[in-house]
Amino acid sequence: MGMTIAEKIIARAAGVESVRPGDIHTVNLDRMMSNDGTTHLTVDMYYNKLKHPRIADTKKMVFIVDHNVPSDSAKTAGSQKKMRDFAREHGIDFWEGKGVCHQIMMEHYVCPGELIFGADSHTCTYGALGAFGTGVGCTDLLYGMVTGTSWVLVPETVKFNLTGRLPQGVYPRDLMLTIIGEIGANGVNYQVMEFGGDGAKTLSVNDRMVLCNLAVEAGAKTALFEADEIALAYLRSRGREPKAVFTSDPDAVYAREYTFDLSRIVPVAAKPDFVDAVVPASEVCGVPIDEAFLGSCNNGRIDELRVGAAILKGRKVAEHVRFLVVPASQEIYLQAMEEGLIQIFMESGAIVMNPNCSVCWGSCQGVIGENEVLISTGTRNFKGRAGHPSSKVYLGSAATVTASAIKGEICTADML
Amino acid sequence: MGQTMIEKIIAHNIGVESVKPGDIVTTKVDRVMLDDIMIPFIVDKFHEMGFTKVWDPDKVVLIYDHLVPASQQDDTRHYRVGDAFVKEYGLTHVHRSDGICHQLMTEAGYVKPGDVVFGTDSHTTTYGCVGAFSTGIGYTEMAAILGTGNLWVKVPETIRVEIEGTLPEGVMSKDIILRLIGDLGADGATYRALEFAGSTVDNMTVASRMTMANMAIEAGAKCAMFTPDEKTAEYCGIQLDDIQKGLKGDEDAGYFRTMRYQAEDFEPVMACPSQVDKIRRASELEGIPIDQVFIGSCTNGRLEDLQAAAKVLAGKRVAPFVKLIVTPASRKVYEEALACGTLQILAKAGAIITHPGCGLCCGRTGGILCDGERVVATNNRNFLGRMGTSQVEIYLASPATAAACAVAGKITANS
Amino acid sequence: MEQFTGRVWRLGDDIDTDIIIPTEYLALKTIEEMKQYGFLPLRPELAAQIRSGDMIVAGKNFGCGSSREQAPEVIKALGIRCVIAKSFARIFFRNAINNGLLLIEQPDLYDDVKEGDTITVHVNQAVDYRERQYPITSLPENLVEIIRAGGLVKAMRRRNGLA
Repeated sequence: MGMTIAEKIIARAAGVESVRPGDIHTVNLDRMMSNDGTTHLTVDMYYNKLKHPRIADTKKMVFIVDHNVPSDSAKTAGSQKKMRDFAREHGIDFWEGKGVCHQIMMEHYVCPGELIFGADSHTCTYGALGAFGTGVGCTDLLYGMVTGTSWVLVPETVKFNLTGRLPQGVYPRDLMLTIIGEIGANGVNYQVMEFGGDGAKTLSVNDRMVLCNLAVEAGAKTALFEADEIALAYLRSRGREPKAVFTSDPDAVYAREYTFDLSRIVPVAAKPDFVDAVVPASEVCGVPIDEAFLGSCNNGRIDELRVGAAILKGRKVAEHVRFLVVPASQEIYLQAMEEGLIQIFMESGAIVMNPNCSVCWGSCQGVIGENEVLISTGTRNFKGRAGHPSSKVYLGSAATVTASAIKGEICTADML
Repeated sequence: MGQTMIEKIIAHNIGVESVKPGDIVTTKVDRVMLDDIMIPFIVDKFHEMGFTKVWDPDKVVLIYDHLVPASQQDDTRHYRVGDAFVKEYGLTHVHRSDGICHQLMTEAGYVKPGDVVFGTDSHTTTYGCVGAFSTGIGYTEMAAILGTGNLWVKVPETIRVEIEGTLPEGVMSKDIILRLIGDLGADGATYRALEFAGSTVDNMTVASRMTMANMAIEAGAKCAMFTPDEKTAEYCGIQLDDIQKGLKGDEDAGYFRTMRYQAEDFEPVMACPSQVDKIRRASELEGIPIDQVFIGSCTNGRLEDLQAAAKVLAGKRVAPFVKLIVTPASRKVYEEALACGTLQILAKAGAIITHPGCGLCCGRTGGILCDGERVVATNNRNFLGRMGTSQVEIYLASPATAAACAVAGKITANS
Repeated sequence: MEQFTGRVWRLGDDIDTDIIIPTEYLALKTIEEMKQYGFLPLRPELAAQIRSGDMIVAGKNFGCGSSREQAPEVIKALGIRCVIAKSFARIFFRNAINNGLLLIEQPDLYDDVKEGDTITVHVNQAVDYRERQYPITSLPENLVEIIRAGGLVKAMRRRNGLA
């Protein structure tokens, strides 16, 4: 019987011929990523809970400080110091202030065919390059770090056939929010979202990252695109080679299949406080906002900055709106400088911050207050995620967020 | 008898021929600066005092900088209180994310030579860089000014500081003011004015003068005065009038004390933890390991400061496991540094570049440290606990020295 | 002449405003919420130990640093009756007067006094400590007027025709 991409990656990592959904396998991990959200806990456990702590292979480890950069408290700084000292002592690759972990992983590490654990739920982003990335807790991460292995329950795969092409002014984020709205926040719980079809060919690696990144918001264990020429070209441009390029077999078994026609997608927004509370953006137009956020591992790349800057050029951010623009990595920040985008943002009155998780994570910068409203390109709009418990977060595309920042209330770019 | 610069400004302000130190006079305020930390308290006091209108809304500038971007849920309450006050009393000069108050007050043209200006922040002394009398006050007095337009001051004695000659390569005005504070002590100029003169000062940019005026408060000074010149006029976008041209200390003025320095004698120095007047030569501290470097603040976050850092960092990398945080002083500084490629150099070297604001200097976010960490910073204060716990060591230095430390990963005088 | 007696907390030279109330807590809504963090960087336990009527005796340059008026307000809210120091920083001095916190300059007491001991202040005259009298000078008239009015807020209320 045929296998899906996800099954093939697990089989490779487990060193077996084939796997089936429901099987439990011990797998060799190709890479492990941990950020300042939890690494200090992992380090504490490493020293306090293990009898003879050792790291199986330091080359597999990547530590990234991205959640609170620059640090906003002595407590945060203490956690980060613990992480920094550990990385230094053990020779672990260490990144600080260079961008959001998933973006750095994509720029520097992820290869097709790999099985990667990350101590962060949005590790599913790596499927954009045909890698199986999934979020784990710090105990799983610790086990992986010490043994180089872990166990995996092989998930079922759900196929998403994409057809057509996104219309002008509609973005992959609108597509993914639409999908999540349709299937629900637990629509693919513990399953793999596999994206394919002609429509997939119209999407860049950047676009694919937007889709895969949000897969966890539908409950998915991970999301995957086939590592096609588009993916391999991205990889080669960064001097990397694939570990293995897998395609799903024609007779692979899927738990379900969905088809989405990209040409029918419209700008959407997710209403507070659920990612699957998705409505056409036109339905929430007119809601006054206090803050807008363009950034995150979902939507802080050069493509989105270009979209935002093109809308903002020659315009001003509304007087009472704080518009935070946060590139997803230092590399993107530098490119945005080169392209004149940062200049446009600054001239328009935006607040341009250093690459980091920023208000998507709800700490250290752009925190919103009592009853305030944020429209965001971040990953989540859970209650209180961006600040005060009474505050509200709407999710929209870079275009919708930027347009709203200009108008001072939620609006789509075509309404400006 | 002649008069010092501050005496001339105060006399002109109150419309008399001359004043002398110790006189208590009521000034007519030309401009006030309100910041975001203090605004809720100012508004409360203003209402408690029973005022119903602001004496002259055009003379009031409200600047959000300490809390931008907000790092805690309640921070945005300060914006709301400020915005409501702006609306109710018809204020027009408001900056919500344009940078640090002291930078904006001069950069945006709110302060002119000879003005009398008060602000709810101790580093309001900065505006002496353009020859204004400016000093920090509390929120209660600010509320009283908002209602009346007046404030009493005691005419201070003046300490004159004369500096002649050319600074050595790699030595900045920050090194001058740090050494002066060391020589004077943290209270050496309390209740007094500093008046700077000499060819070194004459040849300085307004930005370099700002660094010195900014830190005058660290010696306790009420204000720091620089004679306005052509550079001042250009910076302020004005032609100097006769009064402004006359704003210099007379030779026969009564000075409390005169200090003389030769520019060639200065070298890179640092203020060591945790007193601003604990000054050592950077060369004496060579090799002390560091965890972080901060370049920014109203003291040293201007274009020439970023350029001095970029000169050191060009083609190099910040040392492994060391963070370099750069926070430009204003939106304009950021844009200029972007336009001339300075920010690109810093970013390529690995700097974390944040939006303009007070950042780490005010100790609320922007790179807070923890027990056992050490930072080299270009701002104005290294007080115990200012950037985290009381076990954090803060060394103050010039941007050139700070950048060199970032590359070396330890303290070094060799920029 | 007004006099009062109280217990002494002895602090050092250059007690800055960041020590008196760190910036981290400046955006709290009220002085009442803030006061528990008074002197945190220097002596974290102090705020809880201070009782109403206690006095602070310090070295030179007390209150140096920022213009934050929360500093004298926090000291007052903690119950400190007055601060006696070798010298005061000028913004702090003004802020204290405007809030009715009594400050006394005295050059010698600090060197002699021990923490926890009791002193008696005779306002505008002297401080008594262990059989010795430490003379103090009175304030300038314009400041006395502000204090007499009960602080600057009350002075302004009177000006605006309010009780």
